[in-house]
Amino acid sequence: MKISMIRDLLDAEIVCGEENLERDVFSACGSDMMSDVLAYVKDQAVLLTGLVNAQVVRTAEMMDMVCIVFVRSKSPTVEMVELAKENNIVLLKTKKRMYEACGKLYACGLVGNKTAV
Amino acid sequence: MSEVVKLHFDVDGEDFTSAGQASVQVKKILRQLGINPEIIRKVSIAMYEGEINMVIHAGGGYADILIYEDRIEIHLVDHGPGIANVEMAMREGWSTAPDNIRSLGFGAGMGLPNMKRYTDDMKIDSALGEGTRITMRINL
Repeated sequence: MKISMIRDLLDAEIVCGEENLERDVFSACGSDMMSDVLAYVKDQAVLLTGLVNAQVVRTAEMMDMVCIVFVRSKSPTVEMVELAKENNIVLLKTKKRMYEACGKLYACGLVGNKTAV
Repeated sequence: MSEVVKLHFDVDGEDFTSAGQASVQVKKILRQLGINPEIIRKVSIAMYEGEINMVIHAGGGYADILIYEDRIEIHLVDHGPGIANVEMAMREGWSTAPDNIRSLGFGAGMGLPNMKRYTDDMKIDSALGEGTRITMRINL
């Protein structure tokens, strides 16, 4: 699924990374606990979270994730946006809540990844 | 086996926001060395979790990364309170992190299990009141 489709499905606003909207995403993870995110790795994943601090972007960076979606209208800080830009990570924000946001993506074919490396 | 590269990082225990910076540096250097991306990810995640642990529990410490021809070793050393029960600490979901850390997205009791998950070998030497030394090996 392309990041542009995620944006459309979630009616999301682009915070940064507009130039990377046509990148493909193959799996997704929804969590506010970063260690749970770190437990499951898959290439080119998107992270959905309601957590806002620099460690969210750093977690995505460590896992080579390509996109972070902030749910419940959460806004990343300036520092987070800078960190995301440095690492070519697209930041999106949506008004939808976690459950609905994950459900929409899942229903459209973006499945999660349950296999730990 | 000849030692190829040795990296040393001090981990600042005061600032949770900047935690992970050593891992970021290691990741960059491994990329420059042309290490396989899958290996880089394993090293980065294991070290990042360790770094976060050092900041949450031990007031910082240091990390030595040794890159050999056939393996990468990560040595994490702190002089924090030590781990009272290593067996419990290795259980997924078991954590002694305070609530304020949980609200920051960590302290889910996945740190040490994740470090084990992403490495080929992990050893914990810990003494109460003295500190903890964690040695991890990832085969190349």
